Amino acid sequence: MSRSGSLAVSEPLVEGSVDLARLDGDINRPLESFPTGRWWICISITSILSLYFLVCFVYTIAFGIGTWGNNNPVGWGWAITNFVFWIGIGHAGTLISAILFLLRQRWRTAIARFAEAMTVFAVICALQFPLIHTGRPWLAYWLLPLPNANDIWVNFRSPLLWDVVAVSTYGTISFLFWYTGLLPDLATVRDRAKHGLRKAVYGILSLGWNGSNRAWSHYEKAYLLFAGLSTPLVLSVHSVVSFDFATAVIPGWHTTIFPPYFVAGAIFSGFAMVATLIIIMRKMFHLEHVVTKNHLDVMNRIVIATSLMVGYAYAVEFFIAWYGGVAYERFVFINRALGPYAWAYWTMVSCNVIFPQLFWFRKIRRNVMLIYPIVILVNVGMWFERFVIVVTSLHRDFLPSSWDMFSATWVDIGLFVGSIGLFLTLLLLFCRFLPTVSVAETKAVLPGSQPGRHGGENDDAAGQGEGTEIAGSAAGAGGSHG
Amino acid sequence: MADQEKKLVGMAGLFDTPDALIDAASEVHRAGWDKWDCHTPYPVHGLDQAMGVRRSIIPTICLTAGFVGAAVAMLMQWWMSAVDYPVRIGGKPLFSWPAFVPITFEFFVLFAGLTVMGCVIFFCRLGRWHSPLHDSGIMQEVTSSRYAVVLGTDGARFSRETAADLLEKSGCRDIRPVFELEEVKDGSLL
Repeated sequence: MSRSGSLAVSEPLVEGSVDLARLDGDINRPLESFPTGRWWICISITSILSLYFLVCFVYTIAFGIGTWGNNNPVGWGWAITNFVFWIGIGHAGTLISAILFLLRQRWRTAIARFAEAMTVFAVICALQFPLIHTGRPWLAYWLLPLPNANDIWVNFRSPLLWDVVAVSTYGTISFLFWYTGLLPDLATVRDRAKHGLRKAVYGILSLGWNGSNRAWSHYEKAYLLFAGLSTPLVLSVHSVVSFDFATAVIPGWHTTIFPPYFVAGAIFSGFAMVATLIIIMRKMFHLEHVVTKNHLDVMNRIVIATSLMVGYAYAVEFFIAWYGGVAYERFVFINRALGPYAWAYWTMVSCNVIFPQLFWFRKIRRNVMLIYPIVILVNVGMWFERFVIVVTSLHRDFLPSSWDMFSATWVDIGLFVGSIGLFLTLLLLFCRFLPTVSVAETKAVLPGSQPGRHGGENDDAAGQGEGTEIAGSAAGAGGSHG
Repeated sequence: MADQEKKLVGMAGLFDTPDALIDAASEVHRAGWDKWDCHTPYPVHGLDQAMGVRRSIIPTICLTAGFVGAAVAMLMQWWMSAVDYPVRIGGKPLFSWPAFVPITFEFFVLFAGLTVMGCVIFFCRLGRWHSPLHDSGIMQEVTSSRYAVVLGTDGARFSRETAADLLEKSGCRDIRPVFELEEVKDGSLL
């Protein structure tokens, strides 16, 4: 960590000479100009995919879960795979915005807003799948402990209920964190607005923020608290998701390694997704000087670190299956690697553990054309990881007479592809209507933006660790996390 | 528009550098002005000390709300699973508290987070559609790249002249009056 910290501190966080007012213009340009042709083409495609999602959604509700590939041993198919996949994607957003904030990693500034937005949209996509899987989404409120005619309550011992609470808390807090961060920037957009309607809309959204220092003082504390609350929350959410599996008795699921393994995998897949999207975003909106190659470099280092953790988990799972001596457990793992779903298992291993090793080379870490295929492979690999966990464990359980294969139907595929469309549509709308980079935070780390004579002694408060001296000593960043 | 038709509520001094702002803020703080604030595009280090702003109490409120949330969650789960409609599941005790820990934790975070958001709105005085400052044209510069010290002038001792003098003394070259709006006369400046 200290290496990436010192890297980001020793190289400028924003390239070239940029003053405060120009930064407003650079970052807010996509909001203030008519969308480009490329934007229209992209949103047309993603909107069509979102509509297809809706079609498959309605089709499933109308004709039932039988339209999916789910069968008797494989009761959880793509829906749960997709749910875990999307929740995992969201985790990098919280990691970047909360954990790196607490660790005073100043380079996070340029990508935090984008990653937080990604979190919120990924949670929206994730929630669709359990919702459809209930079969009657209009009765989803039955999951809440509400008084009802039967006088019975929900079962609080069920990990599925923990999941409902964890994911909805996560969605709520992520949204609030994101929105709090947006407030000062929305005020900037409001004050730059020329058109009355625009001024009105951003005026309402910014809640009348006026840059008062008494407000900043509270605001920074609140932001720090959100970061502090989100950090254990993000670790808990994927742990709870893993309990859905780990508390079951199915071999291949019933393991204690699942919580940390899921969290590492979530961060891994999330960072890959941030890189996938931000590479396009910085190119599309000409923000290469704000989201620099240094940022990509540091993110790729996190990808390789988490790739090794995930790889370690794969190895340990296998080892414990052999060492534990349980015949069923041993069978499941041999079946994963050599059975009918071996192709999925080896896709997972090569995408998640082998290809990311290329990031050991600095040249590859900093070359956009080479980063791109690798992070795409990581996205694919992490989807397959969830597929392997869900399907290979279920399709051959204790009783050979009930073994069966799983094959996805067009509805399964449509829902997954459609959810990608939904996610990208939301993201494109975000790029168009909200500032994609935290302008206020970036201003605070520009050279000369902090008082030269007064800055040194008060590095303790929230966010004030951000950039007293950009190119100065790494003491502020390096000291806090050793 | 003639000045005498509108009520003066404050004087604003604009600065170009954070150093100048901090000097001015210290000056105003020393002078003991009763109602004033600084407005900046981003949090400026050391301004809290220069202005004499006290530490925010949001963390204490947040922690309290968190514990309230945790208590609510544990009590709710105990009452629903062990008192109101006891169901024995998996041979576990009716109040099997370890199974209730995940939801208790999530409620801690949920209550604390919602409270922090409420605190932001309350303490930062958000949720206002209009204020004299918003409509003065000063906001456009402040949320972009300049720094302002705004002195309220509605107290008896704090007149337009003393405010201008103080701003001038603290090194300000760009001093502007802030007027109350015709349509909204709530008299609050900051």
